Amino acid sequence: MAHDLEILQQALIAADPGEALAATERLLAAGVAPTTILEEGMAAAMFELGERWKRGEAFLPEVVASAEVFKRCNELVEPALLATRDPDAEANALVVLATVKGDLHDLGKNMVAAMLRTSGFDVLDLGKDVSADRIVEVVREQAPQIVGLSALLTTTVPYQETVIRRLEDAGLRDAVKVMVGGAPVTPEWAERIGADGYANNAPEAVEIARKLVGAPQ
Amino acid sequence: MSLPRTRLEGPGGEVVIADDEPFVLIGERINPTGRRRLTEELIAGDMTTVRDDARRQVEAGARVLDLNAGIPGFDEPAMLAAVVRAVREVVDVPLCIDSSTPEALEAAVPLAEGKVLINSVTAEERSLERLLPLVARFGAAVIGMANDEQGISMDPERRLAAARRIVEAAADHGIDRADVIIDPLTMPVGAASDAATSLLATVRLVREELGVNVSCGASNVSFGMPARPEIDAAFLAIAIAAGMNAAIANPLHREVRKAVLATDVLLGRDPAGARWIADHRAEAAARGG
Repeated sequence: MAHDLEILQQALIAADPGEALAATERLLAAGVAPTTILEEGMAAAMFELGERWKRGEAFLPEVVASAEVFKRCNELVEPALLATRDPDAEANALVVLATVKGDLHDLGKNMVAAMLRTSGFDVLDLGKDVSADRIVEVVREQAPQIVGLSALLTTTVPYQETVIRRLEDAGLRDAVKVMVGGAPVTPEWAERIGADGYANNAPEAVEIARKLVGAPQ
Repeated sequence: MSLPRTRLEGPGGEVVIADDEPFVLIGERINPTGRRRLTEELIAGDMTTVRDDARRQVEAGARVLDLNAGIPGFDEPAMLAAVVRAVREVVDVPLCIDSSTPEALEAAVPLAEGKVLINSVTAEERSLERLLPLVARFGAAVIGMANDEQGISMDPERRLAAARRIVEAAADHGIDRADVIIDPLTMPVGAASDAATSLLATVRLVREELGVNVSCGASNVSFGMPARPEIDAAFLAIAIAAGMNAAIANPLHREVRKAVLATDVLLGRDPAGARWIADHRAEAAARGG
């Protein structure tokens, strides 16, 4: 099993879908806990890739390819994860994630989605270039505990405020916590627009989300 | 169709964006996004880096400077006005005022002196309605980003449709076609292999169908790749060949500066290679050679 976790990690970093999916299937068939596969195999690989990215040793096409393989592995693991989940756990909260309208940068948001799922949150990922209308509609219909808004451009960051104002207008602001992130976003901005939380990276987003739903740290 | 000539002006004279003029490199450095030190200085009201960047970019061949002071949560009108004042103390080239906030443009454009380029509007109704009246009132030129309410499309035809909407709306506001420059939107080639080819297709379409000048933010093409200046340089060369007459880029990268100068020589926009040779001599002199 440890061997297959290692293979899964290496295959994710190398963006080799065949190897990664096969290793994931072997791990699941061997009865390894899905959280273990996620944390010690998949998330560990993405963390390592993130470190290499920061050091300038991994590049965008590689990260995009690995993120794609991650997504496919996650599709295998997720049903098993849902089946084993404790329905009473506080961390079973629903988080709705979106990269705001006008913005196509979704790598960071995808990492946050993956990390949140790994940590036991239900995640509804609305994708990129998402309008305030759509977010309001989903909040109304799905009643998530948290909405996470990502924006990577100075021109799209203000849209985080637009979404919050629209939630207020719809009378939904008190029903949901809002967390914001993205390279140009600062804690000061988050506070000014009345967001409930700000995260600088994916692990921090998990911490903040836990805090927002009152889960033990 | 022969393209109209987009004329910009600063206290030092005019710069013309046109097929038969040298390529116009718009210096991108004065932008706090992703620049920790510049962000901190701007917040503290310290214009040291702004002045340095203005001077160095113009020395490196930037013929227009893009000025951005967008830091979420801070007073953009005051900050942008302060940046324009600081830049005007040290250089006299035309300015490209990089804001989509009417209040910031109101505060900054009158301080810029001459005829500015406003960066930018999109094809979204709200953007056009808020900003085009200002562009008209200031007698400015404007960059139109080829995205609309549906977001950014990778399809050149849809980008063309967004661009057409901008050109038509500008005409409705009495803005001369020569004063509209379309930005076909540069996506990172590291995220999509067809990012540059679809941009080039859009450049050709916009020129042929709308008869306006085209510019772009060039550096985004190399995001997340190693050896970015080399990619930017190659990209600029092929984009210029496809008909792009201006771009926002980093002239402080020698690869970028040289690529622009070399492309001008190759396309006959630098007669007898005079600027190419002058740049070579200036470099040799700087090396003490």
